[in-house]
Amino acid sequence: MATRLQFENSCEIGAFSKLTNAYCLTAIGGSENFYSAFEAELADVIPVVKTSIGGTRLVGFLSVGNKNGLLLPHTTTDQELQHLRNSLPDQVVVQRIEEKLSALGNCIACNDHVALAHTDLDKETEELLADVLGVEVFRQTVAGNVLSGSYCALSNRGGLVHPHTSIEDLDELSTLLQVPLVAGTVNRGSEAIAAGMVVNDWTAFCGSDTTATELSVIDNVFMLRGDTRPGDGFDGMRKSLLDSYK
Amino acid sequence: MSGILGMAQDAGMFMVHQTIGSVLCCKCGIRMQPNAANMCVKCLRSEVDITEGLLKRLVLVHCPECESYLQPPRTWVKLQLESKELLTFCLKKLQKNMNINKVKLVNAEFIWTEPHSKRVKVKVSVQKEVYNGAILEQSYLVEYVQQDHMCESCSRVAANPDQWVAAVQLRQHVSHRRTFYYLEQLILRHGAAARAVRIKQMDHGIDFYFSNRSHGNKFVEFIGKVAPVKSRSDKQLVSHDSKSNNYNYKYTFSVEISPICREDLICLPPKAAAILGNIGPIVVCTKVTNSIALLDPLTLKFGFLDAEQYWRTSFKSLLTSRQLVEYIVFDIEPVSSEITVGGTKYVLADAQVARVSDFGSNDTQFSIRTHLGHLLKPGDHALGYDLYGANTNDMELDRYKGYIPEVVLIKKSYEEKRQKKRAKARSWKLKSLNMEVDDKIKVDEDKRDAEYEHFLKDLEENPELRFNISLYQNKDYQPSEVASVTEDDGEPIPSVPDDELLAANLLAAEFDDLDLIEDGDGEDNMAE
Repeated sequence: MATRLQFENSCEIGAFSKLTNAYCLTAIGGSENFYSAFEAELADVIPVVKTSIGGTRLVGFLSVGNKNGLLLPHTTTDQELQHLRNSLPDQVVVQRIEEKLSALGNCIACNDHVALAHTDLDKETEELLADVLGVEVFRQTVAGNVLSGSYCALSNRGGLVHPHTSIEDLDELSTLLQVPLVAGTVNRGSEAIAAGMVVNDWTAFCGSDTTATELSVIDNVFMLRGDTRPGDGFDGMRKSLLDSYK
Repeated sequence: MSGILGMAQDAGMFMVHQTIGSVLCCKCGIRMQPNAANMCVKCLRSEVDITEGLLKRLVLVHCPECESYLQPPRTWVKLQLESKELLTFCLKKLQKNMNINKVKLVNAEFIWTEPHSKRVKVKVSVQKEVYNGAILEQSYLVEYVQQDHMCESCSRVAANPDQWVAAVQLRQHVSHRRTFYYLEQLILRHGAAARAVRIKQMDHGIDFYFSNRSHGNKFVEFIGKVAPVKSRSDKQLVSHDSKSNNYNYKYTFSVEISPICREDLICLPPKAAAILGNIGPIVVCTKVTNSIALLDPLTLKFGFLDAEQYWRTSFKSLLTSRQLVEYIVFDIEPVSSEITVGGTKYVLADAQVARVSDFGSNDTQFSIRTHLGHLLKPGDHALGYDLYGANTNDMELDRYKGYIPEVVLIKKSYEEKRQKKRAKARSWKLKSLNMEVDDKIKVDEDKRDAEYEHFLKDLEENPELRFNISLYQNKDYQPSEVASVTEDDGEPIPSVPDDELLAANLLAAEFDDLDLIEDGDGEDNMAE
């Protein structure tokens, strides 16, 4: 079941947080609300770490990672690197890489097995991705956009892509990634999927502008409802259909 | 995205056919093709109202007397209900407001309203860009309230119906009205008096009243082109607004037409003769337009005087067409070959003539030279001036010491033949201006009728006079009776050929039947 939240009145939570199956990174905000939302949901299961990268709060845009590792851009300071190495579990390899496309989160979308990368990514980066994250890398565009990381949100069970993606592209990507894919929107019709939401295998967080329809699509494709079948069943849909106001 | 595909296709690359998938509308969840807003049209419409901030209720100021609408600040435009021009006029008022709101006008049409409701409804379709790229189209209703307000000219007319601003006084000091009959037909043909508020017939002339100085001026210029005139203009102050420095005047144009008419006999003063190349002092006036054409009947020399030249040496005619006397021609002998002067042929000939009054009673004959050699045959009747027996009172003639002909023939006479046929209805008729006649001056009805009849005969005989005049078919005319009579005559009397006649219903809207047709169309428009 997906949760709706905001970071300091912005609905682009994918920019300020990174969620994987092994850990979660959040930005440091003025109030603790953002961090508390993640904590409430995930604290028992995985570590939730507050950090900055290169002095900025755009943690989601700048880093890429999965349960095996985390890659950071060259702008990351040594203190941040050390802080992350300390806070994250030992099996997560934290690595800083030299890559001219430093917004790694916008360029690469990955889950635990496969990754979609920017077509202009360096060869070394691709190798590092394969090594550190243990994924198979495919250079692909999503709906004609090279920033595959920002227009596609991936988990091990499904993926959501840019709404203008054609059916042939969807089939092709789905075959590559070996997960079911759906074209949809987030945050009331916004096309930047990964900027508006973060997802892992059992939970997802979306911007507060996300409509009930979008939430139901997300729940469906990422199979978040607790039951494995992606079809309907009103009980399963009930939580996403009936809005709750906090 | 499509740009890249397009370029690739141009380069000849193999392109996979792209099928657009469908997404769920983010608000209502129905399947739809993705668009820039990723919302279905209904949700988009419910979100955004692009007609917010646009004018929906406007005022049109309308003058009920002349059916015109005010275009600020001061112009009044005559417009018909539910016409294209009215639509353009209404939309212009919305344009500025639309530009401010960045809305584009796509379509507009009238919705029918009852004319007495004083409302004009227009359905307008507009387009606007919303949500970074999606263009939304919406139509809405604009209501125009018609407020009645008399325009300035109608209020002036209503306040004082006889009000005029410019008056043109047309005068010719001769004893007949032939010129004015001819001018009347010319004016009708060219519509020069269309804007006259009032036309009044006066002694020796006609007065035209206009509501605008420029209309009066235009009329005076028109007259100046068709007759030799001398004009002057004056103005009289009516009112003065000292705050805005507006002065209202009444303008009067005094136009005098030269007293020389066609077929007049003139004795030229030496100055005028000198201008014209010393043609003989006795000349005949053959044609009067904005210049006077003079022909010397003894030598077939001709001269033209335009209005300025005439008024510099203003001379009067010696004898006018009232004093024409009928002659009978005994013998005619051409002296010269055919000469064409200004479109008319003349042949100089020696003729033996006698006055019809002398014909039976005595043997007075005159042997004269005439310019009508091409027309006359022995036995013909002709009209001419009798200088032998005339008692003239002209200084120029007294001063002239040279040869003065005794008879000057002017034209062939058809009186005899005309008398054979009783006054038959003509196959053509003329229209007339609606003039007010001044009751105070005594009018001799018979004399007027005779003059008019004379004018009509003149028209029949002279095709060049008919050139500028519109003749209309007389519906009451029955041709069958006439056909039998003309077979008797060797030579038919002159009449107007049918192809010169205009069918009555080709006219401008002065005829009643045409007005009826217009009303019918108006009703059709309203029913729509």
